[in-house]
Amino acid sequence: MTQTLEAATLTRDAVSDDTCFARFTNVQKSYDGVELVVKDFNLDIRKGEFVTLLGPSGSGKTTCLMMMAGFETPTHGEILLKGNPISGLPPHKRGIGMVFQNYALFPHMTVAENLAFPLEVRHLSKEEVKQKVQRALAMVRLEDFGDRRPAQLSGGQQQRVALARALVFEPELVLMDEPLGALDKNLREEMQYEIKRIHASLGVTMIYVTHDQTEALTMSDRIAVFNDGVVQQLAAPDALYEEPENAFVAYFIGENNRLQGEVVERVGDVCSVRLDSGDVVRAKPVAVGGVGSRTTLSLRPERVSIIRDGSALPDNCFTAKVQEVIYLGDHLRTRLSVCGNDEFIIKTPNAEGHGVLRPGQEIEIGWSSADCRALDA
Amino acid sequence: MSESPTAPLTTADGVPLKTSLRRAVRRSKLKAFLLVSPLLLFLVIAFVMPIFDMLWRSVDNPEVSSTLPRTVSALEGWDRESLPGEPAFAALVEDLRDGQAARNLGLLSSRLNYEKSGMRSAISRTGRRARNLEPPYREALIELNETWGELDTWKLIQREASPYTLSYYLAAVDRQLTPDGEIVKVPEHLEIHATLFWRTFWMSGVITLMTLLLGYPIAFLLANLPLRYSNLLMILVLLPFWTSLLVRTTTWIAILQSQGVLNDMMVAIGVIADEARWQMIHNKLGTIIAMTHILLPFMILPLYSVMKTIPPSYMRAARSLGGRPFLSFRRVYFPLTIPGIAAGGILVFILSIGYYITPALVGGQSGRFITNYIAYHMQTSLNWGLAAAIASILLFVVIVFYMVFNRLIGVDKVKLG
Ligand SMILES: Nc1ncnc2c1ncn2[C@@H]1O[C@H](COP(=O)(O)OP(=O)(O)OP(=O)(O)O)[C@@H](O)[C@H]1O
Ligand SMILES: [Mg+2]
Repeated sequence: MTQTLEAATLTRDAVSDDTCFARFTNVQKSYDGVELVVKDFNLDIRKGEFVTLLGPSGSGKTTCLMMMAGFETPTHGEILLKGNPISGLPPHKRGIGMVFQNYALFPHMTVAENLAFPLEVRHLSKEEVKQKVQRALAMVRLEDFGDRRPAQLSGGQQQRVALARALVFEPELVLMDEPLGALDKNLREEMQYEIKRIHASLGVTMIYVTHDQTEALTMSDRIAVFNDGVVQQLAAPDALYEEPENAFVAYFIGENNRLQGEVVERVGDVCSVRLDSGDVVRAKPVAVGGVGSRTTLSLRPERVSIIRDGSALPDNCFTAKVQEVIYLGDHLRTRLSVCGNDEFIIKTPNAEGHGVLRPGQEIEIGWSSADCRALDA
Repeated sequence: MSESPTAPLTTADGVPLKTSLRRAVRRSKLKAFLLVSPLLLFLVIAFVMPIFDMLWRSVDNPEVSSTLPRTVSALEGWDRESLPGEPAFAALVEDLRDGQAARNLGLLSSRLNYEKSGMRSAISRTGRRARNLEPPYREALIELNETWGELDTWKLIQREASPYTLSYYLAAVDRQLTPDGEIVKVPEHLEIHATLFWRTFWMSGVITLMTLLLGYPIAFLLANLPLRYSNLLMILVLLPFWTSLLVRTTTWIAILQSQGVLNDMMVAIGVIADEARWQMIHNKLGTIIAMTHILLPFMILPLYSVMKTIPPSYMRAARSLGGRPFLSFRRVYFPLTIPGIAAGGILVFILSIGYYITPALVGGQSGRFITNYIAYHMQTSLNWGLAAAIASILLFVVIVFYMVFNRLIGVDKVKLG
């Protein structure tokens, strides 16, 4: 946990104040006065950035968004927008666009009226309202749908309207709470692309909430991984995947093999870990204490290679027994038992020259200690 | 099926799909019908038949044609310019003799008395003496009672010979037919129904408005409070249903009367003088207060059921888009509750115009509803035809309101619970 806090602090210091657009400092939230739903949340968001809050259900993502939007008050801590604390500001004065999970399009208004609402409450002239509504509809490619009611639109179209409505009054910050949760896979991918396109073309700052890690990885500039009301890691997608800082992030982002053990030696960038099975694995110490502390080793399945005659030996080599092979077209997923772990997964490309594995077969596998991260237990 | 461009679908054994589907659902339909049939039977006997009986009674006019058949046929071809000839008088005497013997002149005399005062005594007197009358009957009858010498009497008999009449409906709206068949207003001192109809409608309107004003915030709380509190509140809303209507109404008398709780309190704290106690009961105010209280749940429940379906995210969305709280309410929340307002409004209004006990108990003279006159005509004046006509008009108004409501809002929009 200390690691996490350090990371957050580092990031905060790295962002100088003029580029920092929105900031959560030490925010805590409790609904019932008994349990903290959000514990010490720190996040700095740069202008124009696309930040995703990713985490399992109930980890406090929506709560953080609601505090930003002004529908919940933090029990402790401060939220700053462009350097000013906003805790005293009611939601309608914050000027933050918001896309709700179920879109919350006003059912008694047409699409155009929905889009006109934020403009009318700002007392824009009729002419301006009309123009901006048209432009917003064009942006989400729904020019001809202005006269429809939300109920007469498909889910994806409703989603676009909700997006257009959150953007039409040109807010500098847009919050989205699982905006694609209700869509099917194809539509979701299309909308992810659409949102990214709009984000790039308008340059607005977006805070995006999802519990879909692929969505988070493909869309975000930075991702804050939530668990238990705490940010476990805040990093760019590639860093999050390649260099998870703790066991939860490694487990939550992508697939990984976990091996439990105890540090027996630590020399510079390499440590040796004795697994519970007795095998000793060399790994990269990331979040471990000194000799004698427990650790979880995290290893991505695609970083494990099968050792054939003549190929170079990595610094970890073990004999494994094939348990199961699953054919997935472009690659094969193989479940092995190695080092006392029956759930060890490796992925091998379905390329020429790779012999077919059979259950029961014994093979040699290996991985580089740089790819095997020793994390907290 | 023949128009369909493709051949009809068939099941594997060649039976058309529709036929076999129909066969398959017939059993379950029959079962469903059997399950509801006791209720259906009950409704037909206790609800549908009385309504038709009432509609029938409001136009039914058997008295003259059944009691004075000979007179009616003797009057055929009468010129209506001068008194009819001797045969008509003779026929009348014969009819009255029979009627007297069969003891059914009472109905006839009251029926004709609604239309022309003096007819009751003329018929009952003549009926009693009819046995002893000697020809020529014309002179004898006119001598006995001069009503028989009036042209209008004979015109009336001829007109009411028709088995149906609209005169009850006319009476219900303070109109009557002249002997020559024109529709005119009744004399001013007899005008009562139109005023009562009008009063019933506007006071029901006020009551509906009051229940809306008082019920809307409660319904909102019910729909938005955490379950723990909203359940308690719901019990409080439903509590009146567990208390007798009579108790609730008489409680208002205890509270509002001149020597009642409220007046005593006002006097005690010196807001009003002892001799200037407020008259809050046995007038329109009393009716409005008591009825608003009694009908409040019927407004709250439909409102609640509609508000329950409005997700809080709509208001949040409106707020985040820049709407001030009141504006967001007016533009977003309120329009979404209109089906509930309409449902509650129509329910309260319809219940109110048909309400009887409360206005009768707390309304005094000035706060009485048309329903109290229906009861009066049923129980005291025994003019059931008029009672039926008034009730039918109320029924008609209710149906019109319902249809307007359905056209404007759509009954299917209203979900109760
Ligand atoms: N209004 C509320 N009152 C009390 N507790 C609440 C309220 N809203 C949320 N919670 C609790 O706070 C915790 C975090 O909820 P939150 O909605 O922020 O989760 P989330 O990360 O958005 O989850 P999901 O991915 O399922 O949407 C949950 O345990 C939830 O039960
Ligand atoms: Mg959520």
